Amino acid sequence: MRVIGHVAVNVFKESVRDKVLYSLVAFAALLIGVAYLIGQLTAGQDVKIIKDLGLAAIATFGLLIAVFIGIGLVWKEVDRRSIYSLLSKPIRRHEFILGKYAGLSLTLIVNVAIMTLAFYAVLAYMNTQFSEASRSVWPAPATDPGMLRAIGLIVVELLLVTAIALFFSTFSSPLLSAGLTFGLWVIGHFNADLRNFEAVVESKTAAYLARGLYYVLPNFAAFDIKTQVVNALPVAPSYLAATTAYGLVYISFLLVGAVVIFSRRDFK
Amino acid sequence: MAAIRTEALTKHYRVGFWRPRPYVALEGLTLSVSEGEVFGCLGPNGAGKTTTLKLLMQLIYPTSGSAEILGQPVGDVRMKRRIGYLPENPYFYDYLTAEELLQYFAGLFGYAPAERRRRAAALLDQVGIGAERRMQLRTFSKGMLQRVGIAQALINDPEVVFFDEPMSGLDPLGRREIRQVILQLRERGCTVFFSSHVLSDAEALCSRVAILASGRLAGVGRLTDLVAFQARGWELVVGGLDDAALAHAKMTQLVVRDTPLGDRRYALEVPLSVSPERAIAELTGRGASLVSINPLRETLEDYFVRQVAAAPHERGLGTGT
Ligand SMILES: Nc1ncnc2c1ncn2[C@@H]1O[C@H](COP(=O)(O)OP(=O)(O)OP(=O)(O)O)[C@@H](O)[C@H]1O
Ligand SMILES: [Mg+2]
Repeated sequence: MRVIGHVAVNVFKESVRDKVLYSLVAFAALLIGVAYLIGQLTAGQDVKIIKDLGLAAIATFGLLIAVFIGIGLVWKEVDRRSIYSLLSKPIRRHEFILGKYAGLSLTLIVNVAIMTLAFYAVLAYMNTQFSEASRSVWPAPATDPGMLRAIGLIVVELLLVTAIALFFSTFSSPLLSAGLTFGLWVIGHFNADLRNFEAVVESKTAAYLARGLYYVLPNFAAFDIKTQVVNALPVAPSYLAATTAYGLVYISFLLVGAVVIFSRRDFK
Repeated sequence: MAAIRTEALTKHYRVGFWRPRPYVALEGLTLSVSEGEVFGCLGPNGAGKTTTLKLLMQLIYPTSGSAEILGQPVGDVRMKRRIGYLPENPYFYDYLTAEELLQYFAGLFGYAPAERRRRAAALLDQVGIGAERRMQLRTFSKGMLQRVGIAQALINDPEVVFFDEPMSGLDPLGRREIRQVILQLRERGCTVFFSSHVLSDAEALCSRVAILASGRLAGVGRLTDLVAFQARGWELVVGGLDDAALAHAKMTQLVVRDTPLGDRRYALEVPLSVSPERAIAELTGRGASLVSINPLRETLEDYFVRQVAAAPHERGLGTGT
């Protein structure tokens, strides 16, 4: 555990020095700029636009960080051979993988936390820009804490994306890993369609195949409750719990796979 | 107890994309290195030295055979607490400073932060990294990285260290400093296993060497044993030798080669078939004076060349296709 934590802290340090966290500044600037513009242009209910925009931005920035750091995380160490001296130290290969994963997860969580703070700060400012009357027609208050549920699921989704990127990066090049990870991410958003595939096709085999894929491929659409929270629609706590559990189980399988592959391979 | 033991250690790679064929990187290496020994692993490029070290560090898995360090199978973490390793052309996290890198590695051994700093500072002093230790490693030159590599290999006061070409990339001063480091390790009773193609390093440091060629062990033993029995004759340096006397000595096969050193001084090679006493008597009898006499040994260099020439170069496995 101590060794895993040690590796994780180093990953975090690397991401800080790689200026990843500066992307947050860009994010915050963008959001504040847009909020200001909207405040100037519109007369009323458009705090919803900020909410949509903010949540989408958190998810997108997080996705970019997860994929672009995740794909290089292991591959870079192997390619540059910095792993040679590391693995001669008292560290097991699975500790290396888990440490890398924990470090990137930490980076992501810190990133999302900072973005969330900026997001609520902008919303609080927006709140002061509108009259009591226009506020009363909003479906939810500007700084509605209910949106944290959506952000929570975004975090789980990002941790899953990270695990996918890490899994691929234990055996393939960054370009291929990025392609595969994004590919899965896209497919994963249309996953639900596979389930209903049998309604549209005649062939039984095709229907079973679609069913199988539905269970094997990650179901990313499940993590997206942005529309619900923005419109203050109800989201059952059991749904949140089940989706989180689904994500964690999926992550565990990916990490086990990554460890198995990584533990057997030769470093050229 | 042997510090390092390998038993028929073998590594084959599969090369070729369409029809992969096995390629012998290392074949049946059986070696044993005692505790406290400085052991050199010599061989030309592609001989299998790095392959051997990577197998010992379990960076690659053997095709067959096995290896032990300090009585434990390679890969054992408790054993790894007691060893150090310098990879070939080391590369480290370029966003860390030299100091941070060493402290990071020290942390993997579980040392407390103050102890990490102390060890890092002492080792960087020892390998001659000064104020640069606060700079990111991306700015380091090859030789500086090599020095950092040596420092990181020693972070845990190892009992056995593995150096893959420790002298590579170092300037003459650096080579001398690293020789000093290895000699200090030897004095401390540390076992050192290093690879090199620089023979003078091996001659200066090793108690025993192994010579690899084309992935196979071509010879192993004490340096003096490998070299001494190969005495080729004697080198006499004489003064006051005139042309007639030299011509006579050459004609009678007393001398097989002469190198003029100027002012009628000559370095003469006397073959083993002639006793040195007779050669001296004959030459001084003709008016020459003896300056010095030395046995002409085969150098490690010659041995090396001969072993490599004799070794089989075929590295496929003869799969009969
Ligand atoms: N990943 C690999 N795939 C295929 N062949 C390899 C691989 N790694 C090493 N080899 C081959 O194994 C042989 C031994 O290589 P090794 O690196 O052990 O040589 P070396 O003795 O360290 O040489 P040098 O003095 O150049 O460092 C070489 O012929 C090399 O081509
Ligand atoms: Mg080598």
